[in-house]
Amino acid sequence: MSAPLIEMRGITKSFGAVKANEAVDLSVAPGEILGLLGENGAGKTTLMNVLFGAYAPDAGEILIHGKPVRITSSADALAAGIGMVHQHFHLAPRLTVLENLLIGIPGKSGRIDRAGGLQRLAEIGRQHGLMLEPDLPVSSLSVGEQQRLEIVKALFRGARLLILDEPTAVLAPSEVDGLFSALRSMAAQGLGIIFISHKLNEVRALTHRCTVLRLGRVAGRVDDPANTTSSAMAQLMCGHEIVPPARGPSTPGEAVLTLDGISTSKHSGTALRGVSLAVRSGEILGIAGVSGNGQRALAEVISGVRAPDTGRMTISGQTVTRFSPREVQALGLGRIPEDRMTTGLVTNLPLADSMVLPRIGTAAFSSRGLLKPDAIRAFAEAQIKAYDIRCPGPMTRAGALSGGNLQKALLARELAFDPKVLIVSQPTRGLDIGAARFIHEKFLDMRAKGRGIIVIGEDLEELLVLCDRIAVMYEGRIVGTLNSADATIARLGLMMTGAEGHS
Amino acid sequence: MFRLEVRTSTPAWFNLALPLLAVAATLILCSGLIALAGAGVFESYGVMFTASLGDSYAITETLVRAAPMIFTGLAVAVAFRAKFWNIGGEGQLLAGAVASCFVGAIPMPGALAMLLMAVVGAAAGAAVALVPATLRVKFKVDDVVSSLLLNSVIYYALMALIEGPWKDSFSGYPISPPIEDLANFPVLIEGTRLHLGVVVALLAAPLIWFLIARTTLGFRIRVTGENPEAARYGGIHVERVLISTALLSGALAGLAGVGEVGGVHFQVMSDLSPGYGYSGIVVAMLARLNPLGVVPAAIFLAAVMTGAEAMSRATGVPAFLSDVIQGTALLAMLVALLFTAYRIRRVGAAS
Ligand SMILES: Nc1ncnc2c1ncn2[C@@H]1O[C@H](COP(=O)(O)OP(=O)(O)OP(=O)(O)O)[C@@H](O)[C@H]1O
Ligand SMILES: [Mg+2]
Repeated sequence: MSAPLIEMRGITKSFGAVKANEAVDLSVAPGEILGLLGENGAGKTTLMNVLFGAYAPDAGEILIHGKPVRITSSADALAAGIGMVHQHFHLAPRLTVLENLLIGIPGKSGRIDRAGGLQRLAEIGRQHGLMLEPDLPVSSLSVGEQQRLEIVKALFRGARLLILDEPTAVLAPSEVDGLFSALRSMAAQGLGIIFISHKLNEVRALTHRCTVLRLGRVAGRVDDPANTTSSAMAQLMCGHEIVPPARGPSTPGEAVLTLDGISTSKHSGTALRGVSLAVRSGEILGIAGVSGNGQRALAEVISGVRAPDTGRMTISGQTVTRFSPREVQALGLGRIPEDRMTTGLVTNLPLADSMVLPRIGTAAFSSRGLLKPDAIRAFAEAQIKAYDIRCPGPMTRAGALSGGNLQKALLARELAFDPKVLIVSQPTRGLDIGAARFIHEKFLDMRAKGRGIIVIGEDLEELLVLCDRIAVMYEGRIVGTLNSADATIARLGLMMTGAEGHS
Repeated sequence: MFRLEVRTSTPAWFNLALPLLAVAATLILCSGLIALAGAGVFESYGVMFTASLGDSYAITETLVRAAPMIFTGLAVAVAFRAKFWNIGGEGQLLAGAVASCFVGAIPMPGALAMLLMAVVGAAAGAAVALVPATLRVKFKVDDVVSSLLLNSVIYYALMALIEGPWKDSFSGYPISPPIEDLANFPVLIEGTRLHLGVVVALLAAPLIWFLIARTTLGFRIRVTGENPEAARYGGIHVERVLISTALLSGALAGLAGVGEVGGVHFQVMSDLSPGYGYSGIVVAMLARLNPLGVVPAAIFLAAVMTGAEAMSRATGVPAFLSDVIQGTALLAMLVALLFTAYRIRRVGAAS
């Protein structure tokens, strides 16, 4: 290949005692798509933040076209032709697509060059299939469209290297194909791309080469990902083999949670329209569907955050339709929220606080209104150990944890209390393959113990591995339920577009 | 060139260093004004220091002034922790003062009178704070605006009282009748004004610290302030927490008024408080919303207030300087707080 577009040499970055990156070398050639792999907390995001100028490395240098450069801010990075699409988008929601593109771009004599912007937007859209409506406000865009806008924004600013941090974690499977063809088209034009993902089949399909991090160091490189097995890559990442869990035959018992004709009024997102379903003990029920079809409302109703307009809900036979979150929790409902940053954790407080948040009033963590700081600490420490949450300790600010480790913390705080029924959205989003297996095993253990689990998700492969039955949601309704023995990805995919299924 | 860079962690000593830095910066900035007024900077600060902390009497006077600001500072610290923006400390203080003055004027045994004054004064402050909290919880009314505007409402209600029904018919002064002698807070050191309320204020700070750090209510207040969505999903009644916080905050501010009536003025007049409610905001910010930090922060502001008067007499610098120092200290602290999230980095000319 030609001379590297970007080269990072000997990059080291520590946060206190944590060595997030240690002597990392990495290079990307023009036209190359590099996969960056590694377990949760391996240092991928940190390394990319160093490249993008958000963190100053403790040691090491960055070269562009062979020349050393100093990148001390994202403005420097953009000027050097480096663009980054973060996991959490940086867009102004009230402004339109075009306005977001033009932020920070000097126009002619202080005026915004609207016509020029429109033209470039159309050009980029045509070239790479990244079409966007220029005058729509960003707040009305879907997550996939917002991501497209972030990519276009980077290209608009003349990026020669594009970094994407877990871009597919927020996309529906159908949107992934669109993203990949855009990335391939950009690479064909000579752009370098760094692609972070935990989904190894995506990495194998898209990338030309991979760099694998483990505990902050380069653990290895893969020169021909398309012809390397996922398990070989996983072995590089974790240092040991990952075997998929086996789901034994299930012997479902009584229904532990039922919904009967639940409807909600439109509040934010899609409302529910007469949803009926039941989970039995010893059963994992999947809720498949393109996100935005009422999954959020469903999770909110079940966890007591939102009261339905009509319908009835029971837990273990007891009617709980208008119970508060605390009341349904007391009856044995566990809930893992879909958005860990906004509804799950308190990023500014110690991790331990987030881990005891839903049960702070119970005897485990307080008595007569007084906290038990030692018990809280001990609980957090035990979970950090049990779930291999990588962090300096329970008093670490929750916001300092890597994405996957936050997800593990949320799972730990619910599973530790062995809920009778668990509702969870996208349980392994952002988790590395080893951690995902670990969580799957936990769910299967719960199932064997006679607990009921509802898994809301878009990843059909995961649902097929995990679930006994899969219900498909479309526009706030359940369009059909399949036994997973009869379900195929094709059939589920069809039902997700609204076609009626048969159970 | 210099640039702000996001900090990845904040060292613990910052909590102490930042307020001290802010105070130092304030004194340096204000020395310019002193020089402009034609006085010697060191001389003026010297007079300020001697007059406020130079001898034991001066120290008691400063503590007497600090007491109401400890209460209002705690009121703000508690409220801001929950992100209930209570700017209404002044009105809550006045409400507490008026209510305790009513009770104190009723003849009864001293201990009972003092206890009742405290209870009723705290309740009055809490009731006032309940208004902006309810408006916010029920109708999403901005609490900054409503709590601030309520200050004027309470102030003019107080004026109406002392210009009307309470007016001293004998002298014609707009002041309330005095409270019963038995209800006057005991003086702790003969020959000073150091009254029981000061000790109560000093004890209140660790109590409130305990409440925030070690109780479930405190936990809920912290979590609600930092992330109300996560709190709601975690089963916390966010509205209920906001209301409880407001009641607590208002009660603390009300107690500031009780102390002024029972320990200092023994009646209510229009200039009962020189803005102690607003100073509470400065105190709480200097303390970084830590209840234990409220005590030194309040003592600092009190020293500035007592010192400024003496300095004005000795050097001719207007006593308004005390207000300027307060304002500057708040700004300096807000700037200093920036350094908990960012650090300054020198950027070479390389790029
Ligand atoms: N701002 C920070 N302060 C302290 N520690 C941090 C900070 N950011 C990251 N870390 C730590 O550095 C390590 C690497 O984190 P990083 O976010 O780079 O991991 P990652 O490979 O992106 O993981 P994931 O796949 O879970 O996103 C982790 O142990 C994390 O806790
Ligand atoms: Mg990451």
